[in-house]
Amino acid sequence: MSDMNLVLFGLLVMGGLGLLFGAVLAFAARVFAVEVDPREEAIIGCLPGANCGGCGFPGCAGYAAAVVKGEAPVNRCAAGGGPVADQIAEIMGVSADAAVRMVAQVHCTGCGVDHQKYQYIGVEDCVAAARLPGGGPLGCDYGCLGMGSCEKVCPFDAIHVHSGVAKVDEDKCKACNQCVDICPRHIIALEPYKTKKHVTIPCSSHDKGPAVTKVCSNGCIGCALCAKSCPKEAITMVNNLAVIDYDKCVGCGICAQKCPRKLITVDGKVPEPKPAAPKAAPTAEAKTQE
Amino acid sequence: MDLTSLFSIALGAILINNFIFAQFLGCCPFLGVSKKVDTAIGMGLAVTFVMGLASAVCWVVNEFLLVNPAIFGADGPNLAFMQTIAFILVIAALVQFVEMFLKKSVPSLYQALGIYLPLITTNCAVLGVVLLNVQNSYDFIESVVYGVTGGLGFLLAIFLFASVRERLEATMECPKAFEGFPIALVTAGLLALSFMGFSGLSVF
Repeated sequence: MSDMNLVLFGLLVMGGLGLLFGAVLAFAARVFAVEVDPREEAIIGCLPGANCGGCGFPGCAGYAAAVVKGEAPVNRCAAGGGPVADQIAEIMGVSADAAVRMVAQVHCTGCGVDHQKYQYIGVEDCVAAARLPGGGPLGCDYGCLGMGSCEKVCPFDAIHVHSGVAKVDEDKCKACNQCVDICPRHIIALEPYKTKKHVTIPCSSHDKGPAVTKVCSNGCIGCALCAKSCPKEAITMVNNLAVIDYDKCVGCGICAQKCPRKLITVDGKVPEPKPAAPKAAPTAEAKTQE
Repeated sequence: MDLTSLFSIALGAILINNFIFAQFLGCCPFLGVSKKVDTAIGMGLAVTFVMGLASAVCWVVNEFLLVNPAIFGADGPNLAFMQTIAFILVIAALVQFVEMFLKKSVPSLYQALGIYLPLITTNCAVLGVVLLNVQNSYDFIESVVYGVTGGLGFLLAIFLFASVRERLEATMECPKAFEGFPIALVTAGLLALSFMGFSGLSVF
């Protein structure tokens, strides 16, 4: 066998193999072709392609697929921001403003941080602490543990622990759900973001009144005054906890004035009672203490 | 074909000559995809799958096309020197084919393994296993067993490593300079050291 023959046969074998595989792959591409919505390709085209996961989907392709299926709003791409949202909205034929922007909200005011069951020495991490007896050192079984698991997981630096309770920076929050998922107490939830007249009930406690007052100075005691006073019936009581239906809430703030615990806030503040209100407030307080 | 030799091949591939910890093949995906246990298992399963398949196909290619190509007659040339490049071609084509097949036929499996499959194309553990098959002159069944168990060894290694890394990330306070990748490399070294304990093991 001469060297020339060896080279020739080598070329033949490799070339043949390459040709064979090429043909098989070309054939397979036809046979196994998956129908992809052209809009999906178009959306992938205008996404940044960084696969940062900020939208809460596995990569840009995952988000594009979800948008086409109608499972995700067009403005979830945090890295791309407004311009990308506009482009996607154009592809999908909707308005970018149609989707309400969501932000994460921590449902705890942290007023129970002084009521600890025991002294906790260990890993500074809520997930680890919540596995201990009693669900962590905090007196309240529902409150924020304040060890910053959400802070660590946030890809946008939008949630921080201040004096024992996590607070969301609404401007930075992209509603990626990372903090919602990691919180062992399940007290973070996405809420529609309103820049004006945004009413929040920052408490997650399902305990009854006396149990709440023992471990916290302004947690929801389940008195239902807010639910009764709401003119739009936007507040319902769920297991001793007031919950707002944001579709109904108009932000009038009556609930916030009635709340005997000064828990409900409008735009982060307890509104000043109107001149007629002061008489009503003390009686409300007296009633709940009975 | 006796089972004892197959068993010793399997044990050797999983523990004694573990692809990651003893032969240091496939370290790139081992370090790259081991931040979370879930993804690590996905990667391990994908590698196992491709290694088994590649072993089988490459054995056929090697036996009938390279070493003694019957298609050129009894006096055919020995093209064994082209093994490496031929195997790379086979593996690349195979991974592409498997990816397409899964996308169409088993979308759920594609969702789980899909993003890792292209990474495997250039994974040296896969090329390593087919070259070792030739080096050890395994027959067809031995090759497949070596491929699958080698993949299982990879799965074991990446699972252990990801478990340790997840814990490290959450709990350990280490010096700033060691944070992240350096401590992961130290961990990998310690794991490899512990796997040296198996080196004395021998079957029958």
